[in-house]
Amino acid sequence: MRKIFIQELTKINNKKKNIYLVINDLGYNVVEPFSNKFPKRFFNAGVSEQNMMGMSAGIASEKCHTFVYSIANFSTFRCAEQIRNDIDYHKLPVTIVSVGSGVGYGNLGYSHHALQDLALMRSFPNMLILAPGNNNELVSSLKYITNNPQPSYLRLDKDECIESKRKKNIKIIPGKLIRILNASKKNVIIVTGKNQEIAIEMSKNKYKGYSVFSLPMWGMSTKKNFFYSINKFKNIVTVEDHFQDGGFGSWVNEILSFYKKKINITSEFISANSIYDVGSKIYLLKKYGPKLKK
Amino acid sequence: MNNKYNNIIKNIRSNILNLTFQAKSSHIGSCLSIVEILVALYFGTLKKTDRFILSKGHAALALYSILFEKRFISKKVLRSFGSNKTILMNHVSSKVNGVEFSTGSLGHGLPVSVGKALKFKINKEKNKVYVLISDGEINEGTTWESLLFASHHKLDNLNIIIDYNKIQSMDFVSNVMKIEPLKQKFEAFGCKVYEVDGHSVMQIKKILKKKLINKPKVLIANTIKGKGVSFMENDNLWHYKNPDQNQLIKALKEIKIKYA
Repeated sequence: MRKIFIQELTKINNKKKNIYLVINDLGYNVVEPFSNKFPKRFFNAGVSEQNMMGMSAGIASEKCHTFVYSIANFSTFRCAEQIRNDIDYHKLPVTIVSVGSGVGYGNLGYSHHALQDLALMRSFPNMLILAPGNNNELVSSLKYITNNPQPSYLRLDKDECIESKRKKNIKIIPGKLIRILNASKKNVIIVTGKNQEIAIEMSKNKYKGYSVFSLPMWGMSTKKNFFYSINKFKNIVTVEDHFQDGGFGSWVNEILSFYKKKINITSEFISANSIYDVGSKIYLLKKYGPKLKK
Repeated sequence: MNNKYNNIIKNIRSNILNLTFQAKSSHIGSCLSIVEILVALYFGTLKKTDRFILSKGHAALALYSILFEKRFISKKVLRSFGSNKTILMNHVSSKVNGVEFSTGSLGHGLPVSVGKALKFKINKEKNKVYVLISDGEINEGTTWESLLFASHHKLDNLNIIIDYNKIQSMDFVSNVMKIEPLKQKFEAFGCKVYEVDGHSVMQIKKILKKKLINKPKVLIANTIKGKGVSFMENDNLWHYKNPDQNQLIKALKEIKIKYA
């Protein structure tokens, strides 16, 4: 999804002109379309994530929109306090772009896996999480966030998406579901991030007959919107490439608990047992990720 | 030497003392050590287009007091310090008119200032950025990360002022974590460094006016924690404690005489 992201960001900045892209010494063979086109809007902050994040807040505080591009662990936990105090508290238009959701970096190991990032980012009151499930959702999310600049976390899968055949220019509203597969009206799988293929597979077997919905934009401020779009369902399955603790399924559970709504919920996630095992993304997901079959 | 500003300095120090007493808050020593630095900035240095960030956010009351002197906030607002629903958070808050950025956790103001300076420099905007950090803050890794970046990008519109009162939270800086030789450290990181008497408004103003090319400016302001009140000076007890009624009266009397 990285290449589509850079292409679109470059395209958007042709018009906007106020977008800055900051990296922490990574993004080789990815960021060039933007950096070549806008060399004065592109900065390599070096291997120093705390300064990178504080500095990005500083740029954003001068009527600019900063995109900070990194691998998920570097741009979240390493500089969590800068995100909390400098960006989220000040409501500054900084979009933190993380690559390698879940176990996307496979054999590189635990240090490079993004298994707790949602737990951190969803705890910030003003942070909008963008977790697009396909290229169309990515393009629409970028359009939304550049038209509505705010603290935001764009969580990207490391792998490119096979071009979606679904309709382009979909309208995305924070907290609102997007229908991916239409079946049952009461039983649904809700997926965030690039896990839609898994969810579709599940709807053929483990959760046969379930509809599949995507939730590409969510966060603390969208809870009410989200609740009203799910309160008629009877059974909900959530699918994510993240730990259960602090993850998307837990977020849905918290909302149901807050509104005292009894809906059966099952969470499909990546097990914490994965952290000491080494292998490819496919290997790790198969062993520790959402189970496709009963 | 500060005769011209004595009245303002007296007012600010008196407000710091009175409001710390009223709110039973802490950090009085940290506030008293930066009064002249703030006066130098707000009386003749800062232009409307410039930015100032107080990175040592625990000295908020000193900033609020000077913002009152400059009519950014009213007496009513200033007096609300320490009360419920006040906008005057004990760590500096950008909700207050005239405050550029909220800080509190150390090591945040400099990276943000670097971002602002970078934006101005690459767009050829004339705005200057001033940031006031503490000596304890020098322990933070972000200080050095930011300096690497600032000097690499030749941010000559960035002015870093260090309140070098030589006492951090728990003890003297030299006992907690040796930071000397400070001047050479900053020079090695590519900055132009000046050392001044941090309680001389004129000296600070003079250095801040110097124009540099391609280098960030660092001003090591040698200060005294608790400056102006004899029994508060150079004692880290006053990082935490607030004065009782008798101490307040005594301190106010000293200030009145000293800055008459």
